Amino acid sequence: MDILLQQIINGLVQGSVYALVALGYTMVYGILGLINFAHGEVVMIGAMLALSSLTALLGWGVPLLLALPVSVVLAMLGCMVLGYGIERIAYRPLRHAPRLAPLITAIGVSIVLQNLAMMIWGREYHAFPQLIANTPHNIGGAIINNIQIIIFVLALTIMAGLMAIVHRTRLGRAMRAVAEDQHAAQLMGVDINRVISITFMLGSGLAAIAGIMVSANYGLAYYYMGFILGLKAFTAAVLGGIGNLRGAMLGGLLLGLIESLGAGYIGDLTGGFFGSNYQDVFAFFVLIAVLVFRPSGLLGERLAERA
Amino acid sequence: MSQHSMRSLLSFTIVPVLLSVALYGCEKSPTTGQDTSGDLVVRIGASAPLTGPQAHLGKDNENGTRMAIDDANAKGIMIGGRKAHFELISEDDQADPKTATIVAQKLVDDKVNGVIGHLNSGTTIPAAKIYSDNGIPQISPSATAVAYTAQGFKTAFRVMANDAQQGHVLGEYAAKNLGAKRIAVIDDRTAYGQGLADQFIKSAEANGAKIVAHEYTTDKAMDFTAVLTAVKGKKPDLLFYGGMDAQSGPMMKQVKALALKTKFMTGDGGYTPEFIKLAGAAAEGAYASLPGVPLDKMPGGKAFADRFIAKYGPIQLYAPYCYDAVNVMIAAMQKAGSADPAKYLPALADITYDGVTAKIQFDQKGDLKGGAITLYQVQHGKWVPLETLGAAKTASN
Amino acid sequence: MSLKIPKCFPKMKPNSKSKLLLIAFGIALLLLPFITDALLGRGWVRIVDFAMLYIMLALGLNIVVGYAGLLDLGYIAFFAVGAYCYALTNSPHLAQAFPVVFHLGVHLPFWIVLPMAALIAGGFGVLLGAPTLRLRGDYLAIVTLGFGEIIRIFLNNLDAPINLTNGPQGISFIDPISVMGVSLNKTQHFLGIAFPSVHLYFYLFLAFTALVIFVSQRLERSRIGRAWMAIREDEVAASAMGINTRNLKLLAFAMGAMFGGASGALFAGFQGFVSPESFSLTESIMVLCMVVLGGMGNIAGVVLGGVLLALLPEVLRNIVVPLQQSLFGRTLIDPNSLRMLLFGSALIVMMLYRPAGLLPSRVRRRELGGDEPAAEESVYDATH
Repeated sequence: MDILLQQIINGLVQGSVYALVALGYTMVYGILGLINFAHGEVVMIGAMLALSSLTALLGWGVPLLLALPVSVVLAMLGCMVLGYGIERIAYRPLRHAPRLAPLITAIGVSIVLQNLAMMIWGREYHAFPQLIANTPHNIGGAIINNIQIIIFVLALTIMAGLMAIVHRTRLGRAMRAVAEDQHAAQLMGVDINRVISITFMLGSGLAAIAGIMVSANYGLAYYYMGFILGLKAFTAAVLGGIGNLRGAMLGGLLLGLIESLGAGYIGDLTGGFFGSNYQDVFAFFVLIAVLVFRPSGLLGERLAERA
Repeated sequence: MSQHSMRSLLSFTIVPVLLSVALYGCEKSPTTGQDTSGDLVVRIGASAPLTGPQAHLGKDNENGTRMAIDDANAKGIMIGGRKAHFELISEDDQADPKTATIVAQKLVDDKVNGVIGHLNSGTTIPAAKIYSDNGIPQISPSATAVAYTAQGFKTAFRVMANDAQQGHVLGEYAAKNLGAKRIAVIDDRTAYGQGLADQFIKSAEANGAKIVAHEYTTDKAMDFTAVLTAVKGKKPDLLFYGGMDAQSGPMMKQVKALALKTKFMTGDGGYTPEFIKLAGAAAEGAYASLPGVPLDKMPGGKAFADRFIAKYGPIQLYAPYCYDAVNVMIAAMQKAGSADPAKYLPALADITYDGVTAKIQFDQKGDLKGGAITLYQVQHGKWVPLETLGAAKTASN
Repeated sequence: MSLKIPKCFPKMKPNSKSKLLLIAFGIALLLLPFITDALLGRGWVRIVDFAMLYIMLALGLNIVVGYAGLLDLGYIAFFAVGAYCYALTNSPHLAQAFPVVFHLGVHLPFWIVLPMAALIAGGFGVLLGAPTLRLRGDYLAIVTLGFGEIIRIFLNNLDAPINLTNGPQGISFIDPISVMGVSLNKTQHFLGIAFPSVHLYFYLFLAFTALVIFVSQRLERSRIGRAWMAIREDEVAASAMGINTRNLKLLAFAMGAMFGGASGALFAGFQGFVSPESFSLTESIMVLCMVVLGGMGNIAGVVLGGVLLALLPEVLRNIVVPLQQSLFGRTLIDPNSLRMLLFGSALIVMMLYRPAGLLPSRVRRRELGGDEPAAEESVYDATH
């Protein structure tokens, strides 16, 4: 029983990590309908920037309580500038190009960022400093630590914050207008370029936070970490209904749970024929099954077929 | 429209320009074996992943190879009565089998006298065929798959124990010396991790231990809590991981975080400073093996390590093996009095050389003969050698 | 949109000049391996061989993405299926794994294995197509991506409980391809000229590439091809016009997969070793880049995209170091990270300059060139 509980906790923590990355992903998608393949790399850059500034600040004797927020802000600012730049250089010129053109530039951006990071931070794996005391809490025989609780709470908070922005503010209204119909939004006086830039910066700032939390949780940062995170976040976002903030959260948590329960129990369920090596297969089968019955994801709107 | 045609013009000129520059680059690549000064030019090819997830290990390999070549040039080695000048041609194989064959062919075209590489088994196996077809000796510093030397190529050698040799020693040590009765195994489903884990299981079972769980992860994973929790449910007294440091480090940390009370053991892929760095305090007490004898127990080993660290930073993993591989190759050339692959290949096959990692001799297949394997444990944040084993017993399997 | 697409393809007028050009081009292609070998070295012949495999793959994917407009991010799976078909039927692996059943080893001739690999891959194409018929755009993308990963994971793990694929260790000792009793693995002499192995493979791959181009061309201009394009442009309208969208989508997946499977079989014979790591997601993405960058739906464009992206990393490999040395006198930046950096930048720059691909298909060119705003094609199309 404590094993099952532990697996659920593992799944929720892993799922919150996916959700954190997926929120930024889906944010951009919701407004622009663009699969931002480079999002995972922005997450990585966020983690790396935070790592560098943390190491530097701690090295100068700045106390952690001060160094941490400064580093988080620096990483967020860095990623926002990066996100703005990516949109300006690689996506904006292609706004009226065929659908797949920005997908290719996104792949290009992702390769460039990865190799730039390799030049700057080197090829090795970096240990990420421990940010808070890692006291384990015991819940019914299962163990969870502080940073994991923070990740879970943070993911929920960010989702709520984003929803408030999108649904309660003027900016949010402009975003929704742009998502609905760019031309009409423009006619109504919405500065499309500004809204899209802000969306990208918001998404990239979130990516920085996600990167820091991932690195803090696993205690490592390296230039290649963005790829797999981006992939999982994409999967999670689609599972929940891409473009939908609550969907990203739900999809992330579900994917985490599916993975951990899958890894934990496939072996027993199939009499040892399949083991945890089929964890991803299991996750993708669930995804396909969901999409067969709900082609727009769990919480995705049922789009009228385009005529 | 004019802008449009300008653009198309631009993109169509880029291609020929790039190609012609490439052509120029290739033309410059030397085609004769002689320097103008009359020195004998010996080209050593090297290949490892220098981009992608294993780039840190690939770079380490390149550094080890480069240091051996710099040393040889500084020493002024004579081959067949002529002063030899060694050149390194290092190529990125991206850990991709297809790219590896392209790189192998390129090295052959560059008329290398021998090759140090590749890093992974998956790249070494297909590349070996090309080296063999062209009669170029190849020494892999790190490929451990049994299949590499089982292909029957006379040109294929390695200065690393293979999975069977290492897994055998590890399984025996776990069951006998550490007294493990219930063993859990996790592997990363790469050719290396799976190969080593399978051999470990065979040997551990043969020595009376029971495998209570066999779980899997990937070489890109960061989160192992799910499989570790599954392992915890089986209450093992030893956990073996077949895979690299980038996973075993964080895994070790998660083992401690989940209060999984078990001994932790891994192969050469875990014997790195990165493992300790990534696992932090949790690394304490972990076991790992490394083929060969500890560096500071070998003549010249300590000096090598000091010089390497001063020049390139900490040794990641296989740099000493690359260093040995180059030196073995050069020693064979000296013995044969020629850097011609066809002439020094027989000398290489029956060489005896005291390297910094071990005394190097090859068996019929090109595997390391009677390779010693050393077990290490993390004590006070450092890898400390415990015991060197297996020198006599590795012939089995 | 009307379905009279054939109007967009004015008939080729084979005048004597273009005929001559074509013959000259053909001769140049036939001499290519020898010229490349003499000027650049044999490594480049091998690179060109791989480029041809990529062209075949890209043309196969072009059917799915370019003609039928279905975004496929797991295409390499069919390549993998084809490669493993060849590997299993032409290596001692099955005999070692199941000594009772295959005690003599399986060594099927090339001409049987190749269609078999294509058919099996085609079957997998239908298998992938069936659950995805209702999905669109990015939902389709993630499912195909998942499918590609599922195939790779199965190949990587089916060494236990029964050893079908030999798992991560891969299958080695694969027989080389031999055509009519002539092994392509050794230097052969015809008419007193020595043809090294890579040259022989070049001619084999060239023949298959020509075949794939021919089939693609016929498909494009056939009823089926026009129906695919109708589905691509507007699925609802297409089905209203009486097109059986379900069968045609499945057919697109199957045809694309068959091309992939056949080139996979060629790859296995050429390489002599297959392992799951050759069929990763990045490979799928690379093939997609070739199709999109070259010009979706246009055969010449796709071929150009395949050639460019297959050669570019290798070209960069050879220029990065000399270029730095001539500029700065020494190697300042690590050549390998710089190489991939330049490759990524090239993807961005080429796409920015030619958003519809280097050689866009005529339909697209007309759409983009006309006065009508291209809003219909926009990524930012406000469907959400």
